[in-house]
Amino acid sequence: MWSVLLNSNTQWVLFSTMILGIAAGTVGCLSYWKRQSLMSDALAHAALPGVVLSFLLFREKHLLILISGAAFSALIGAFFIQWIRSSTRIKEDAAMGMILSIFYGLGIMLLTVANRTAGNQSGLSGFILGQSASMVQTDVWTMLILALLVIAITVIGFKEWKIYLFDPQFAKGIGMSLKGMNSLYTIVLVTTIVIGIQAVGVILIAALLIIPAVSARYWTHSFKKMIIISAALGGVSGALGTLISALGSGWPTGPFIVMVASSLFIVSLFLGKEKGIVIQFWQLRIQRKQVRQQQLISPLIAKKEGQ
Amino acid sequence: MGKVVLKVNDLAAAYRKNTVLHDVNFAVEAGSLTGIVGPNGAGKSTLIKTLLELHPALTGEVQFFGASFKKMKTRIGYVPQRGSVDWDFPTIALDVVMMGLYGQIGWLRRPAKLHQEKAYEALDKMGMADYAERQISQLSGGQQQRVFLARALVQNADLYFMDEPLAGVDAATERAIMNILKELKATGKTVLVVHHDLQTVEDYFDHVLFLNRTVVEHGRTAQVFTDENIAAAYGGNMRGMRGGKFHVVRPVEQ
Repeated sequence: MWSVLLNSNTQWVLFSTMILGIAAGTVGCLSYWKRQSLMSDALAHAALPGVVLSFLLFREKHLLILISGAAFSALIGAFFIQWIRSSTRIKEDAAMGMILSIFYGLGIMLLTVANRTAGNQSGLSGFILGQSASMVQTDVWTMLILALLVIAITVIGFKEWKIYLFDPQFAKGIGMSLKGMNSLYTIVLVTTIVIGIQAVGVILIAALLIIPAVSARYWTHSFKKMIIISAALGGVSGALGTLISALGSGWPTGPFIVMVASSLFIVSLFLGKEKGIVIQFWQLRIQRKQVRQQQLISPLIAKKEGQ
Repeated sequence: MGKVVLKVNDLAAAYRKNTVLHDVNFAVEAGSLTGIVGPNGAGKSTLIKTLLELHPALTGEVQFFGASFKKMKTRIGYVPQRGSVDWDFPTIALDVVMMGLYGQIGWLRRPAKLHQEKAYEALDKMGMADYAERQISQLSGGQQQRVFLARALVQNADLYFMDEPLAGVDAATERAIMNILKELKATGKTVLVVHHDLQTVEDYFDHVLFLNRTVVEHGRTAQVFTDENIAAAYGGNMRGMRGGKFHVVRPVEQ
């Protein structure tokens, strides 16, 4: 059963989903503080028609071509959400819900067409729930390079991301271009989403962006540590989920990655150092005990002083 | 009148279809401490945001030190309303103050020890030295406001805009902030403050700007802070400021 681990292709795939998890954990922290966790889900779903369309156009399953299409259609989705929000009376959450379902519906429709017309389409459906087993060496490289790029952009501009997320108006006041930062943020987010769709799938890739970030929140009060912890949790989820899904044949990767990430979240929720449920309960109990003891002692002290 | 540091000509701004500001004209001289007062919805915050190009202007021209905002950006400091940011953000007070130095540190560069010391000094000035390492989410409202002030101080700007820095703060914070404002004025800086408490205007500001969609009156507090102007700005139901207290005059029919 563990022989899959010795397979060099599996090792490479494992490594790339780990780097993907690290990138998603990092970018997820940016989305978390931009209050746009749901945006990543909308954009991931919006990527599907792009994947199928570029396959129909180029008749090739090279990852770089497919994710270029995915990025293109996700960016169109982002543009529509932005446009609906700013020029109609429809609010952002409704706009995201609309774009998410319309694009996903379109994607599934196109996928049906692709499945009917093309013979060698097998595996394209893997983009819905993720199929890391179908990844070849070039896919792994494409994913690795782009994931490392995303991580590098976040790390190098750490100070800038921080002020952009905490107080964008002030950032603008001291000369930061908000338009530039918004574009960079969207590019980084879309890149993370599209490199993850083959391994994790369009439906669940958002989970890898959202769950590690919220889990990390239970362990620290520092933005830097939050990113590091979130990246670590994302990396572990990516690698472990891929490993488990590799044990069976034809098991989708995405659901397993999400389950690992969710387990880590539940651990964080209960045992997290900062406001984890168990820790909080325990602290409250100690505090109550202390107050009670003091209440018992203080009348005695008062009495003694009175004498 | 001294040297003009801010000149506003025919400024107008709107949210969607509603024009919030129109025909705004005024000039501010160097070294003045101006209180911007007016009723709710008068466009006080919008005025500041429009001046700082955080909100688009419909028409008009604004000159800072005789030049455009873009050119003079580094000489302008801004203290936004405390509620404009998420205080749950995981960072410490010292880090927030350090953000005021990002312009000097330079983009993509790491802050040096010197910057940290500067930030600490500013916190100390606001009486917040003991809270430098404290999580911003654990600070009280007044303390958060002082952190914002400290961040503006390290910017070492020549012209400051502050949006309601005294709203909902404790007495100690109010004193600390007013001391700093007076100190800024004493060193020749110019400060514009959106203010909500009419009773303290005369004590705090040497200039006052009455705003209600447009400039109702602007000048030295001693000359323009009159019952007539207050009535004109607030819609005619506030009287008797001179007595120290004001009350609402009800319509005669009642």
